[in-house]
Amino acid sequence: MFTDFFFLLRAYGLKVSINEWMTLMEALDRGLARASLTGFYFLCRAVLIKSEADYDKLDLAFAHYFYGVETPEELLKKLWDWLDQEVPFEGLESGVPQLEATQFDLEELKKMLEERLKEQHEEHHGGNYWIGTGGTSPFGHSGYHPGGIRLHGQSQRLSAVKVAEQRRYRDFRTDRTLDARQFQMAFRKLRQFSSKDEGPRTELDLDATVDKTCDAGGFLKLVWERPRTNIIKVLLLMDSGGSMDSYSELTRQLFQATLKSRIFKELKVYFFHNCIYDWLYHDPTCSYNKWDATDWVMKNLDPEYRVIVVGDASMAPSELMARGGIIDYFSYNEQPGIAWLKKLTGRFEHRIWLNPIPQSKWYRTFGAWTIDEIRKVFPMYELSVDGIEQAVKKLRAAR
Amino acid sequence: MSNKPDFEVFRGSSNYIASKELMNSVNVAIALKKPMLIKGEPGTGKTMLARAIADTLGKQLLVWGIKSTTKASEGLYVYDTVQRLYDSQFGGHDVSNIRHYIKLGKLGEAFVSDEQAVLLIDEIDKADLEFPNDLLWELDQMSFYIPETKETIHARHRPIVIITSNAEKELPDAFLRRCIFHYIAFPSPEAMSEIVRVHYADLDKKLIEKAMEIFYWIRSFDDLQKKPSTSELLDWLQALVIGGVEPSEIKEGSIPFTGVLLKKNQDIDSLLNQARDRRVVSGFFDAIRR
Repeated sequence: MFTDFFFLLRAYGLKVSINEWMTLMEALDRGLARASLTGFYFLCRAVLIKSEADYDKLDLAFAHYFYGVETPEELLKKLWDWLDQEVPFEGLESGVPQLEATQFDLEELKKMLEERLKEQHEEHHGGNYWIGTGGTSPFGHSGYHPGGIRLHGQSQRLSAVKVAEQRRYRDFRTDRTLDARQFQMAFRKLRQFSSKDEGPRTELDLDATVDKTCDAGGFLKLVWERPRTNIIKVLLLMDSGGSMDSYSELTRQLFQATLKSRIFKELKVYFFHNCIYDWLYHDPTCSYNKWDATDWVMKNLDPEYRVIVVGDASMAPSELMARGGIIDYFSYNEQPGIAWLKKLTGRFEHRIWLNPIPQSKWYRTFGAWTIDEIRKVFPMYELSVDGIEQAVKKLRAAR
Repeated sequence: MSNKPDFEVFRGSSNYIASKELMNSVNVAIALKKPMLIKGEPGTGKTMLARAIADTLGKQLLVWGIKSTTKASEGLYVYDTVQRLYDSQFGGHDVSNIRHYIKLGKLGEAFVSDEQAVLLIDEIDKADLEFPNDLLWELDQMSFYIPETKETIHARHRPIVIITSNAEKELPDAFLRRCIFHYIAFPSPEAMSEIVRVHYADLDKKLIEKAMEIFYWIRSFDDLQKKPSTSELLDWLQALVIGGVEPSEIKEGSIPFTGVLLKKNQDIDSLLNQARDRRVVSGFFDAIRR
């Protein structure tokens, strides 16, 4: 039953497993879809989809399978213009006629729609036959036909079967290539536990308890100790320049994973464009005035911070080596980029550079020369789960 | 379907407005005996849902609040070794029976309960990354083994399990595959007025309208760190009533009790900036019109 729908879902990039599919079959068997397509849609969503980011893919696959919905461009442009208008709402409540035989089957509806489209040559709102807004015709939107096809427009009645077409969850789409969870797992290893002189003593120290109890001649003495927490602080510097655009998905994953992992005692994030100069920016657009002076950042963050730079390290040699080499037209840097990188080196002992360009290409890529120069001051690893694991080892290592 | 379903049906309660989709998902989860995973913005009533289900179905609600230090085994049982050691020192109890010192956690309680219970595992994403995986077996098989007493606890009645997540961490696939999932979207203004009506039935209509207008205006700013949610709106309405604020006094330029809606200094600042920008722009247009 519906097996091709299963494969269609997978073709749309939904990770539906056999288990989930069997659960869906069981649910259908027990009549949980309530013999309606809308019911089936919500059932599919509840059972098969496990993230709001995937709702949109389901909507697309659903529309594809059950309606073969054409993209808007393929439909008559005029039709969409008519339907773009919102319905005059008043007066509708009273005059809804009771329809007999309200449910058409979908094939029938689609055929009727096509025929109706051929017949109709003008806008139409209200009424019970033509395509348009309001009214009780099975076609159009905001109308009262209980089993009709809703075309475009906000669903005001939700009685139409085509909820899927709304694609309300489009904004949540992420299209993950790498699992953010894998990054989080890698970052978990970046831990260094606190010393034992801060915080309340809340954990039972078993060994000390045994010792003390023995000392007291078998009379129980409990010894408590302070729990150990992660004291790692991280300064994350991310390149958001033009050449990084092709890696934006990957860096976004990394960024999310770092923000969400919550395992660090402190996490500071700054952005830069191609290379680090006088200013570090608060947001990825590197917009004017939303910045902190790099000097200020270095002064205010203690040397214990672990610095993670994410960037492709690929730029014109002048951007790295020359005074005034900064790529932004209206800016001028007194010291070359490499000098700033060396300043960071002087302040922060633990630092690594994550490069989204695979390591195998570092010697052949456009930025090979600058990559090589930067590698002399920043230990560089490729931005992959393996690379991060190595980088984390490096960050943790005692000096 | 005309014939009566063979499971209990949740239809929302008098003080909880659930969307049709949500009710549907809950009923699917109950019928298929699967845990229900609820995600959504903070303040969209994820936690309230479990209470509403328990209330409408007349079942006991057990809440297992998850913290960053919570371990999966704590939900099953805790063996109170310290108490046993103390008792062995001072007597009074029979320490030879370990069973006295096995205390069931919330999941354990739900298993041994005489009636079917509703178990809320609240904010599962707060815990360690491995936490959900550690519960897989117990939630699947509805039983667990206590090595200390060599006992296996089986669920007498499979509890209705509701799990909430704020999506702070990604949950493992193996865990997700076993759940029924629902994302609670932020309520539309229409749904929100209904929610407000349920909580404050006799509030001045004009005040609600004005407050909602401002509320959705504030929510429309992208640079807010924490957007106000349903619970903040409800609190704010109450504050407005207690403060005796007239609808006409609520303006974009001067919003009374802003602190109830926005909890971060930066957010309040950016709200003030927005309001000021608006005043400047509207002043500009007024000048042109004149």
